[in-house]
Amino acid sequence: MTDAVAFKPESPAREAWRMFRRNIPAMIGVVVLSIIVLATLWGTFFFAGNPYEIVWAPHEAPGVAPEFLLGTDYLGRDIFAGLVTGGGPTLAVGAAAAAITMVIGISLGALAGFYGGWVDNLLMRITEFFQVLPTLLFAMVLVTLFSPTLTTIALAIGVVSWPQTARLTRAEVMKIKELEYVTAARAIGAKNRRIIWQVILPNAAPPLIVSATLTIGVAILFEAGLSFLGLGDPNTMSWGLMIGSNRAYILDAWWPVTFPGLAIFLTVFSVSLIGDGLNDAFNPKLRER
Amino acid sequence: MSASFLFRRLVYGLVLMLGVVVLNFILIRLAPGDPAVVIAGEMGGGDAALLDAIRAQYGLDKPLLTQLGIYLGSILQGDLGQSFFFNQPVATLIGNRIGPTILLVLSAQVLSILLGVFLGVIAARKPNGVLSGVVSVVATVGYAVPVFWTGIMLIILFASVFPIFPVEGMQSVRLRDAGLWVRSVDIAHHLVLPAFTLALIYLAQYARLSRASMLDVLGSDYIRTARAKGAPEHSILFKHALRNASLPILTVAGLQFGNLISGALLVETVFNWPGMGRLAFESILRRDYPTVLGVLFFASAMVVVANLLTDLSYRLADPRLRGKT
Repeated sequence: MTDAVAFKPESPAREAWRMFRRNIPAMIGVVVLSIIVLATLWGTFFFAGNPYEIVWAPHEAPGVAPEFLLGTDYLGRDIFAGLVTGGGPTLAVGAAAAAITMVIGISLGALAGFYGGWVDNLLMRITEFFQVLPTLLFAMVLVTLFSPTLTTIALAIGVVSWPQTARLTRAEVMKIKELEYVTAARAIGAKNRRIIWQVILPNAAPPLIVSATLTIGVAILFEAGLSFLGLGDPNTMSWGLMIGSNRAYILDAWWPVTFPGLAIFLTVFSVSLIGDGLNDAFNPKLRER
Repeated sequence: MSASFLFRRLVYGLVLMLGVVVLNFILIRLAPGDPAVVIAGEMGGGDAALLDAIRAQYGLDKPLLTQLGIYLGSILQGDLGQSFFFNQPVATLIGNRIGPTILLVLSAQVLSILLGVFLGVIAARKPNGVLSGVVSVVATVGYAVPVFWTGIMLIILFASVFPIFPVEGMQSVRLRDAGLWVRSVDIAHHLVLPAFTLALIYLAQYARLSRASMLDVLGSDYIRTARAKGAPEHSILFKHALRNASLPILTVAGLQFGNLISGALLVETVFNWPGMGRLAFESILRRDYPTVLGVLFFASAMVVVANLLTDLSYRLADPRLRGKT
């Protein structure tokens, strides 16, 4: 460390990346997630098979027919085809829902934390109201009222899950707005909007990035839950739908529900390993915890 | 704890519930189609006269604000409307289903807190030990597994490999008329798998949280004092430290309650548990909106009550808050 002082100090982002790279679980997460994303991209754009097509006898066990590696479901549809084509909607809805959650949560949280007073009061009451509603049930109602397309599902998940992000952002903004560099920005005549977006929020980025990562995981689980219940988009294959539609036959065949579930689990697991890694990288002092 | 604090929390809870009622009302308005046509359709179709009659009966011919007033008034009288499908009052339907849900949610809550905190405390003793690592891994896994999938995997395991727990329903048909004790044991036996499935997600979170919270507390001076005066280790952990480390756990337990109800919905569906969540799910598939919104209302009320209880117990647990209002 004594040498480093003599050189140009490392930027915080670089330092965080260096810490992150050394974190073995987080790197495992990156590798697993990359494989899943690549397989999904391949399945979406290059895979020739049709996941709805009946290709073999129903409930063919995995490994029996070499061309259907993971077996077939109750209708005789290829499970591997379902996995690679069903990943796209699951991941896309998860990512979009997480983005919506972050946009709503960060905007409302930043306004509440920065302005305080009645703005804060009003926004926090709204936040508390949304926290009272059971998320999954509320999302189910929204999805059924408006037709279940991928867009409405992502919107519904976003609308029910932003309160936690808003609370986190508010707390961070309240902490940062008291710091000297914010006073300095104000002294040189920066307007409120500029202070919020260009001074405060970039400095609140580390916890928000970690929270965004975890939000993606939650949103993927959410989408899977909705599709499992049969409330997803009926026209797209997804991992949750595969589990839901094979649910009645679990005692005849374990594989049609096991593989999609594993896919969901591995995706969310690797996302949360990455989230934990980012958290450690941004807060080196907390690593002992 | 002052009476005025209690009063203000109660009023606030009621205001939140009023908000839920207004939201329900808006959602009913958003439902596709003319409600009168929907109701008539459920009754087997009808002519213009019937539609008018239905409109008059439900107040659908009045201005929106008046309709909201009527809706609010009927809810205050305990009338949540009539289920399209069962043709029964929604309140009665939910009344029959709320018991099993509360049983499931509370058992899962207690199970996850007790087991989770116990694991977390043990892990905090040696922050770099094997158990600590196991707790972190289990916590991440528990967070990442879809709860409905865990349920299905347990059903496969316990239905075919180790048939020691029932995997479906809440009671055995042959024991319906047995004595109270036999039936209670039977329900408890059915409860094991659903409650454990639901507890698994949160168990991991409590373990992680209590580990972090304990590590915070274990570094403080009064723990060193307790050690110095020779207090036994288990008493330091579970008496001195846990009492102070329990506050964040309590906060999260309150906040988690809403998520727990969402999770219960999936678990009830997987295990055919005759609760409110499964009723909501089946009603959504049948487009039986009054029932669905009734469940939304009741579930929100449960969360409001849980938050109220959390606030109160927080004040009981932390003497520093007691004087404040």
